[in-house]
Amino acid sequence: METRSRIDIVSLLLYLCIAILGIASVYSATSDQGLYTLLEGRSGKQLMWFGVSIFLGVIIFLLNANFFEVFSWYFYVGLMLLLVAVLFVGAEINGARSWIRIGSFSLQPAEFAKYGTAFAVSALLSSIGFSFSKKGDLIKMAVVILLPMVLIILQGDTGSALVFFSFILVFYREGLTPLILILGLVAILVFVLTLVFGTLYFGVGILLLFLVFFAFTYTNKKFLLPSISIVILAVLFSLSVQFLFNNVLQNHQRKRIEVTLNLIEDNKGAGYNVNQSKIAIGSGGFTGKGFLNGSHTKGDFIPEQETDFIFCTIGEEGGWLASSFTIFLFASFILRLYHLAARAKKKYKRIFIFSLASIIFFHLLINVGMTIGLMPVIGIPLPLVSYGGSSVLAFGIFIFTALRMDATRDEDLISTYE
Amino acid sequence: MNKFRSYYIYTTVVLISLIYIIRLFQIQVLDDKYLNMAERISLRRQTVYPQRGLIFDRNKNLIVYNEPVYDLMVSVPIRLKGIDTLAVCKLLEIDKKEFIKRLNKSKRSSYRGKSVFTKNVSNLIYARIQERLYEFKGFFFEIRQDRNYKYNSSAHVLGYLGEVNRSELDKQKEGYYEQGDFNGKKGVERFYEENLRGIKGEKYFYVDKFGVNKGSYKNGKLDKSATDGNNLILSIDIDLQQYGEQLLNNKMGSVVAIEPKTGEILALISSPFYNPANFNIQNRGKYYGKAIKDPTKPIFNRAVSAPYPPGSTFKPVMALIGLQDGAINANTHFGCPGYFKLGRRIIRCHGHTYNTSLTKSIESSCNTFYCNTFKSMMQLSKYENTEEAYNSWRTYLQSFGLGSKLGVDVSGEYRGWLKDASFYDRMHGKGRWNYARIISLSFGQGELGLTPVQMANIAASIANRGFYYTPHVVREIEGLENIPERYLTKNYTKISPLNYDPVIKGMQAVTRSGTGSGVAIKGINIGGKTGTVQNPHGKNHSAYMAFAPVEDPKIAIAVIVEESGYGATWAAPIAHLMIERYLMPDSVTESSRPYLEAKMKNSNLIPIKYRSQRDTSLYGN
Ligand SMILES: [Zn+2]
Repeated sequence: METRSRIDIVSLLLYLCIAILGIASVYSATSDQGLYTLLEGRSGKQLMWFGVSIFLGVIIFLLNANFFEVFSWYFYVGLMLLLVAVLFVGAEINGARSWIRIGSFSLQPAEFAKYGTAFAVSALLSSIGFSFSKKGDLIKMAVVILLPMVLIILQGDTGSALVFFSFILVFYREGLTPLILILGLVAILVFVLTLVFGTLYFGVGILLLFLVFFAFTYTNKKFLLPSISIVILAVLFSLSVQFLFNNVLQNHQRKRIEVTLNLIEDNKGAGYNVNQSKIAIGSGGFTGKGFLNGSHTKGDFIPEQETDFIFCTIGEEGGWLASSFTIFLFASFILRLYHLAARAKKKYKRIFIFSLASIIFFHLLINVGMTIGLMPVIGIPLPLVSYGGSSVLAFGIFIFTALRMDATRDEDLISTYE
Repeated sequence: MNKFRSYYIYTTVVLISLIYIIRLFQIQVLDDKYLNMAERISLRRQTVYPQRGLIFDRNKNLIVYNEPVYDLMVSVPIRLKGIDTLAVCKLLEIDKKEFIKRLNKSKRSSYRGKSVFTKNVSNLIYARIQERLYEFKGFFFEIRQDRNYKYNSSAHVLGYLGEVNRSELDKQKEGYYEQGDFNGKKGVERFYEENLRGIKGEKYFYVDKFGVNKGSYKNGKLDKSATDGNNLILSIDIDLQQYGEQLLNNKMGSVVAIEPKTGEILALISSPFYNPANFNIQNRGKYYGKAIKDPTKPIFNRAVSAPYPPGSTFKPVMALIGLQDGAINANTHFGCPGYFKLGRRIIRCHGHTYNTSLTKSIESSCNTFYCNTFKSMMQLSKYENTEEAYNSWRTYLQSFGLGSKLGVDVSGEYRGWLKDASFYDRMHGKGRWNYARIISLSFGQGELGLTPVQMANIAASIANRGFYYTPHVVREIEGLENIPERYLTKNYTKISPLNYDPVIKGMQAVTRSGTGSGVAIKGINIGGKTGTVQNPHGKNHSAYMAFAPVEDPKIAIAVIVEESGYGATWAAPIAHLMIERYLMPDSVTESSRPYLEAKMKNSNLIPIKYRSQRDTSLYGN
């Protein structure tokens, strides 16, 4: 049988486009009016890490296609050990102990943990006999996800930990009951409603809803018990949300959520970033102020504008054309990766590529949503675009590994489709 | 089942992307609130200051020019991170404690995101910091125009600049001034402020979070350049002015010289004076306190603000009124036994021949003649009572510009003293006073006070035989067709021109054979009148009023030297030397009376009690 071992050109091009867009944006955000050239400063570093990614990509393509599958757990365990190590030897930057210094570089193991976890999840879910109906398997699954999350939260980097929720999408795709997803969404809804209206009004509201429901179904006794228990559970959850929100969350986290829900206006404190970010993007207009011409970007008004808030620079200097094009690029890339996942013949590969796509999607959802005020401020980067060596490198090798798996799909036996 | 789940996920990706793209369209394209906010935050307007008009003397010699002063500013909030504060301290020559103190003060007084850190930084420090300014992000300079002076002269005429104060800011209608601007506070700087200041321009540019300029807005399309202020050409003759200042050096007093034909002030001196450069923005802080403490009052502009009883210099005016009112005529003679008897009171006169004509009375300054003239005027039958006669007398004086401000274009003018009848009613009771109570007015004593400029204006009116132009120091405002209208209008005295002849004859006699003859100048026909003003606080004031040449008057002058003695001893020689200086051709620079000139320049007539309290640094440099 003739083996076709070709890299997917569409994904590669999309990857290159996004990476180049990222370097250009970082350059604009940090050039300080052309004081630095593209090759100097942060854009130079970004370019270097992009180069390193390509280099590692070539190496990945030289490796045996099955190398990853065989060593999946080693990757995972290795990275978990790194996450533990960082707690002890890590350098503290901006209040988070999440960096390991190697010579003059600092690496952020949390960025690589997603990659490692994808291996573990793929290996676990594709292992023979795995079933979502087995309690033991569910616990294993939970541990694989929660371990890195806990370790990363311990570092003080809540944002990066939340990214691991994107694996729920993978589980759902692979057959986990949607109940968890629905429960999650309902929980978010209750959470928001509670914070907006308070437990009392929320309770009254849901009781009224129940009475209406009861009026239509009182003849059918079998709905009564479950619906009453749902109401009680919801009110209890609402109470606990109120309690958690007021007593467990730290002040700045509470503020961020309140700002996002428009409960408080705080354009100087917690809301400062978002407000400035919205102003920068909003002032871009249809075609933007031109490359390197963003007055808000140049003016240094947005904290972290070359990292988490890089989307502001794109929105301000490229206007709606550039910002929507960026989203279009990402959506295309994500959908293309989903397509690669769907066409994989091996379950292991399918899950791995699917994980990558879901993680990128989660990043896009949160990062862009935060810059335009639709999501709370959660410090995670826009993949490949935000400045950051670890992130660029981690996503780079993640993507090349996925493309490597896709390139050899024809060698694989057709797996059973569940 | 999983296939459907995949589709749900794809759909979610597409939906979220669409929601974001629509949301972006809403905030970027539909809503221009954010654009406005962005410009409000990062767009700054900077005032472009015009050059203040220059000031020249009547011969177009530059007197006042501009010199930049630098204020070191900070943007608020300031990011101190990355700034070598120790270097800033060292450059500014302050310590860290002072640095923090100023920074806190700046934060409190922040106005439009910026605040003054150090005012009026010296040129040297400016140059040092400017070189390294890029290191100190958030610090920047604001350049304003201060004044500097070509001559150590004319301080009182020129006045000075200062920062606009709160009430000026509140009162202004056009909204020209902003906090921190300079405007003219005294002298012509104040009087011609609106001509001198020019029109401000403006510049728009982007700033960063720390106020650092990040490039122009719309390539400067909205920028407006400033229009420089109008230059001012003064009527002052800087050579004459300086000469007069030399003569008045170490004396308290004043000189005002006027060109009678135009009302242009040739010299306006108040002594003691100060170096105008010591009162510019940069230096005033250092010298103002000293000037305030000086008991000889160097800031006080005696020339327009100090009322002096005119003493005998008033006699020509009294003679004119007597002639006009019919109390005397050109041939009137009064006998003078050396005194004028008023009941039991005796008013002394000087030794001179008994039979005194009008001319003679001026020449020898006969008190008796004027007591008689005044007495007969007050008793003229056309008046019902003394009050009416007094009011008539007063009206004549008012036609010379006495008792009210002349309207000189130098700030601080005082109207002088010229009481109305009610004053004497209050003092003695209505209808209970007559000429005897106010007889000393006839020889320029009593409740009469003239500023030196009023006195010089009388000399000019006599020189013109019956009219004057309001004295002024402006000759031309560049860019304007005319100087203010009121300086171009003749004011007539209530004395007919014919009546001036005998009086002028008398004034000529003063300098030929009378009280001023000792200091006559060869070849110049001067009409003058000396005065010795009684001073209850010390020695008499020496006063003199004159004009020359009599046949074609080119200069009218009044001189007062406080607490110095006879009019003939100090005021008259100073006036004559100045007249000579002004009238002699430019090629001649030596006085014909070198001994007299040296005596005037070198005499110190400051009362001994004040001498130790004067700070000479005020006058020097
Ligand atoms: Zn006499």
